[in-house]
Amino acid sequence: MGQTFSEKILAKKCGKPSVQAGEIIVVEPDMVLSHDNSAAISKTFASMGAKKVRFPDRIAIILDHCIPAASDKHAINHKTIRAFTEAQGIEHFYDINTGICHQVLPEKGLVKPGSLILGSDSHTTSHGSLGAFAAGIGRTEAASIWATGSLWLRVPETIQVHLTGSFSPVCSAKDLALKLIGDIGSDGALYKAVEFVGPAIESSAIADRMTLCNLMAEAGAKNGYVMADATTREWLAKRGVTDYETVVSDPDATYDRKLSYNLDELEPVVACPHNVDNVRPISELEETVHVDQILLGTCTNGRLEDIQIAANILKGKKINRTTRMIVFPASHEVYRAAMASGDLMTLSEAGAVILNPGCGPCLGAHQGCLAPGEVCLSTANRNFKGRMGNKDAAVYLGSPATIAASALTGRITDPRDVVAQGVSS
Amino acid sequence: MIKGNVWKYGDDVNTDVIFPGKYTYTISDPKEMAQHALEDLDPTFASECQKGDIVVGGENFGCGSSREQAPISIREAGASCIIAKSFARIFFRNAINAGLLVITSADAVDAVEKGDTIEIDTDKGLILASGQTFNYPPLAPEVAEILECGGLIEYTKMKMNA
Repeated sequence: MGQTFSEKILAKKCGKPSVQAGEIIVVEPDMVLSHDNSAAISKTFASMGAKKVRFPDRIAIILDHCIPAASDKHAINHKTIRAFTEAQGIEHFYDINTGICHQVLPEKGLVKPGSLILGSDSHTTSHGSLGAFAAGIGRTEAASIWATGSLWLRVPETIQVHLTGSFSPVCSAKDLALKLIGDIGSDGALYKAVEFVGPAIESSAIADRMTLCNLMAEAGAKNGYVMADATTREWLAKRGVTDYETVVSDPDATYDRKLSYNLDELEPVVACPHNVDNVRPISELEETVHVDQILLGTCTNGRLEDIQIAANILKGKKINRTTRMIVFPASHEVYRAAMASGDLMTLSEAGAVILNPGCGPCLGAHQGCLAPGEVCLSTANRNFKGRMGNKDAAVYLGSPATIAASALTGRITDPRDVVAQGVSS
Repeated sequence: MIKGNVWKYGDDVNTDVIFPGKYTYTISDPKEMAQHALEDLDPTFASECQKGDIVVGGENFGCGSSREQAPISIREAGASCIIAKSFARIFFRNAINAGLLVITSADAVDAVEKGDTIEIDTDKGLILASGQTFNYPPLAPEVAEILECGGLIEYTKMKMNA
């Protein structure tokens, strides 16, 4: 019987010839990722009686959740992490001048096809975009891996999603992912792997794949992935990564469920408050939704491609005076590229506030939290009540094209309407 | 044997309403976490939860962030366990790792209401509620071992000393 991508990688990481979905195994991850929560993890690590981390080269720590520090408490947190990484000889430590962990990890060449990445952040699923098995875990689990090098996992069943047509700004990876989450529900892929295949995937950019895999956490998935191909190899080679083993599902592998979508038949959607699976086509929104704040960025949609889509729509225009827009590039690499391309200048001239790479207000920590009664339209991945700092605020989620079109009007706007009026270049 | 009063909620109770993200880097004392447990879902829970009470939820309990303050805040508020129709996977792991019992039983969830007093026989895997008895599936042995140790910290200590 054929094996899935996940079964093959997990078998290798637990030292067995084969494993099957449902089995519980103990694995040794190739990389364990954490961020500002590393201070808490280091305290838990100490409480376990551990002194030295087992494999320092398998640990990556990236400061991103509240950078630069918003208060002395955050600053103390960062200080603790710097001291710990220094004392433990952790080389893959990235300070406040790098970006969001899910963007920085692949940029630094630390995500390899066929590898196993566990991270104490729910959006660790992002790294399946480069053909790795990547899943979120808890802080204490990260501490346990630091101490022992291993952790238990359940081998997931797999849902295959076959995509035809092609991604475009008005039917982006964000729109497809939200549509999928709306269709299967926020627990539709609970404990499962989601495999993306088909012609639309073969012609997709790594940025699209990152968005897709990132959002699978919102369907409850353990991991989402695109098996490595020529596009993956080219992206990795630019970062000097050539030493890896590509893993693919067997043609006769067992799938839990198969779904298919034709991207050319989809339309722009938003996830409405207060759940990510509350997804509606913008054309079917029953009333005008005024937007107080617009957020472009996050680990879901803060890449150069996303910034360019927004800049193309806003070029030479002004953001509607009834709204405000903040932009967080996902990393400093993205930030510099978007400066060099002129896209940040375009957005600034349109009236957007350009902020430093980081998680920003996505989790309600700082830099753009909401007041009661306010509405935010964001490219992020979560819109739960209280997410952006106040339980009486509302968050809608949409694509970069949708948020840019909405910035022009001050209300949630179908980007096709703006493109049709010739606003886009 | 566990005995406690039920606090009942619906589907998709997420980690942002259980423990808001704005507190994740400013509160590190578990006792203080308890004061915010379920804050944006039920502001009465943290102050009125009695030791041993049982939190009951629908499908996908604990979806969202990987923050383990979510189950820890519920544990520290005094809850003895959570019964749900299903759990989000990271929340499930975090609860076990925090030494908090999590039980999957859709039938039991449907049978109870807020304020009911129910009993759980953890040896036999039985929930006694509303005059009915519900079996619930045992945890995988590898997972049960972590819970029996009192959580992952104690379990890891044991493994390192083995």
